[in-house]
Amino acid sequence: MPIATDFEYHKPKDLSEATGLLSRYQGRAQLLAGGTDLIVWLKEGMKTPEAVIDIKGIPELWHLDVKNDTLSIGARVTFTELIESGLVKERFPALWEASRTVASCGVRNRATLVGNLCSAVPSLDGAPALLVYDACVHTRGPVEERKIPLSEWFTGPKRTALLPDELVTAVELPLPKKKSAGCYVKLGRYRGEDLAQVGLAVLAEEGNLWKLAFCAVGPIAKRAEKIEALLKSKKLSEALIAKAKTLVVKEISPITDIRASSEYRLHMAQVMLERGLKTAAARLAGKGPAYGVSVL
Amino acid sequence: MTKTSIQLKLNGISRRADVEPNDVLIDVLRDKLGVKSPKVGCDRGDCGTCTVFLNGRTVRSCLVLAIEADGGEVVTLEGISKDGPTKLQKSFVDRSSFQCGFCAPGMVLAATELLQNNPHPVREEIQEAIAGNLCRCTGYSPIIEAIEAAAKK
Repeated sequence: MPIATDFEYHKPKDLSEATGLLSRYQGRAQLLAGGTDLIVWLKEGMKTPEAVIDIKGIPELWHLDVKNDTLSIGARVTFTELIESGLVKERFPALWEASRTVASCGVRNRATLVGNLCSAVPSLDGAPALLVYDACVHTRGPVEERKIPLSEWFTGPKRTALLPDELVTAVELPLPKKKSAGCYVKLGRYRGEDLAQVGLAVLAEEGNLWKLAFCAVGPIAKRAEKIEALLKSKKLSEALIAKAKTLVVKEISPITDIRASSEYRLHMAQVMLERGLKTAAARLAGKGPAYGVSVL
Repeated sequence: MTKTSIQLKLNGISRRADVEPNDVLIDVLRDKLGVKSPKVGCDRGDCGTCTVFLNGRTVRSCLVLAIEADGGEVVTLEGISKDGPTKLQKSFVDRSSFQCGFCAPGMVLAATELLQNNPHPVREEIQEAIAGNLCRCTGYSPIIEAIEAAAKK
């Protein structure tokens, strides 16, 4: 299917050129990194920009490194690059595990984590793990840079706090200070490439501290703060898990769509919470399944 | 809209094409550059029939603007079998892995990338590598077995 919209193509060489273009087009331009969402939207006429601004020519957006105890993932970094990063696997294994569940190899070779955050569909696999690692989104506009906690980033389905003349430069994750282990549990209709029906990231930190975040079961991906508060400083037990499961209904608001019914999503979110908690706890104790092995 | 002349290395040969910014790579490869192995299936990145190597990685050429490939390198099925069928392709032939063959170019490239990065994959890794390449004929078993056999050789 050809793209019906006519647009100009720009490939800026640095950030100021990019923000200059964004200011010039005043929200009538689309940013392009991997294009795995954007090209579909252009074909379907869901986006009809006057210009497409390809950010892949900006070297500042290519980095994947640690500075000041913070991992910085540039906007051009693909899911494949995250999966191939020993640093990500070692320090942020739940993000590594989540990255492996995104779409298919050929898509992950192009799709970027930052693009995933900017598309902001409710089922985005990139978000729950970033939320439990307290990630921050860095943006750059014509005059200022902003640092937005991921918990304040999503403002609705496919909506974010990004302003029309801004682009995301990186997402940053503080290195976990305590010993921690995590997991990303994804429910799809089948094994292999599919969007999440429910996604859950769990981070277990030494001292019985828990961080949890869901995607695909509400308008935006978000932390499960009520469950986190219940679990805080308590040793995991069957009784505690059972109590935590009763709180799931208060944390999520799943809809019925082509992929699953609301009831099924709610039920499975509870099953996944139990397995996610147990898996993260086992991994923290040096046991449990290897990262990348599905627990569903 | 401005027509731009792009230059790319296609299967080892430098090629030029005049494209508009909204031209998609799969269409330019097939209609302007005469490479017919990548197919248009779902045209939205789900089926994998349009798979090509772009700058060393497999991509969905239905989700790439042709202009993005300017200055880059594209390799299609035609490019990997210039000197005759590869070991992997022979393995597919030996097992009659394909029926209609529509998915074959994408499947071969996906498996080629897997074996380049991971010469001895386990079954799960093979399944994951071709999970984005849909085949409606075979039920995948003969495809997976051929990749396993090629990896053992």
